Amino acid sequence: MLAGGAYVLKAVGLLATGGREPSPRVSALLALLPVPLLAALVAVQTFSSEKELVLDARAAALAVAGVGVLFRAPFLVVMLAGAGTAAGLRALG
Amino acid sequence: MSEPEGASAERETPKRGGGSTARDALAIGAATGVFGVSFGVLAVAAGLSVGMTCASSLLVFTGASQFAAVGVIGAGGSPVAAVAGGLLLAARNTAYGLALAPLVRGGPLRRLLGAQLVIDESTAMATAREDPDDARRAFWLTGLAVFTLWNLGTLIGALAGGALGDPEALGLDAAFPAAFLALLAPQLRRAGAGPAALAGALLAVALVPFAPPGLPILAAALGVIPGVVLAAKRRRAEH
Repeated sequence: MLAGGAYVLKAVGLLATGGREPSPRVSALLALLPVPLLAALVAVQTFSSEKELVLDARAAALAVAGVGVLFRAPFLVVMLAGAGTAAGLRALG
Repeated sequence: MSEPEGASAERETPKRGGGSTARDALAIGAATGVFGVSFGVLAVAAGLSVGMTCASSLLVFTGASQFAAVGVIGAGGSPVAAVAGGLLLAARNTAYGLALAPLVRGGPLRRLLGAQLVIDESTAMATAREDPDDARRAFWLTGLAVFTLWNLGTLIGALAGGALGDPEALGLDAAFPAAFLALLAPQLRRAGAGPAALAGALLAVALVPFAPPGLPILAAALGVIPGVVLAAKRRRAEH
């Protein structure tokens, strides 16, 4: 049931517009959709634990990743710097 | 980076080569693979058979939903609650699909297969690329890498049980927000993207303590409204 439902949820979005090209205004809105969702994903994955808001090693990891992004570090470096920061802080403390 | 010297160093948005896309896709796939191992371990511990556990990763293929459903089952909750919680977490894939539809073209079979690969990772990798061909390749490479390694990890975890290490000790839970931030950053130059991202993140964080898991990120879709409104306002001001 979960499998069927999860698949339908994915397919509905992909196939909703059919072959039709939505109006430019609607296209722009749909194209922008992943931006707030991914920003929310970053925030929730960093600052929450279950239903609690927390500030822990992940926040430091995100800050380090943010510095990497500012200096245009390659994707892999940013990702590994985030993981390394969290792993290091946890090993210390 | 193995680019020839000075080739694209000064360009604002260097066109990414297929090699770097494949490498990045594999890296994200590897990180999800390790979480696949912990999913396998947890699912079997919660009482699912090895077959059921692997079927979940093959068919549901939405990590957050699978972890949530197994958590409910492990805690003795009802299957209905497990499915409802899982679907709420999977609902954001509908929004991703709406945005990815122009990229995932082709015959019905191709699009139906592509639909299964519509997840956080493939969406982030695809939308981070401006060139439609690069974006299409990033979607498929990332989707297939994550699918393969997530399922391989699940099988290993389901068979090995609790004998394996903790991905959090390796900081891999922090690898995901770092990766998504890196993929989000280039998109923030688009009109209205900054306000949309800020509104989405704030709304989601504000909802975390009150809303069931999944709803905060889904609700963040409303962030497109300030984004679109502010972008339109700026366009009018320029004319």
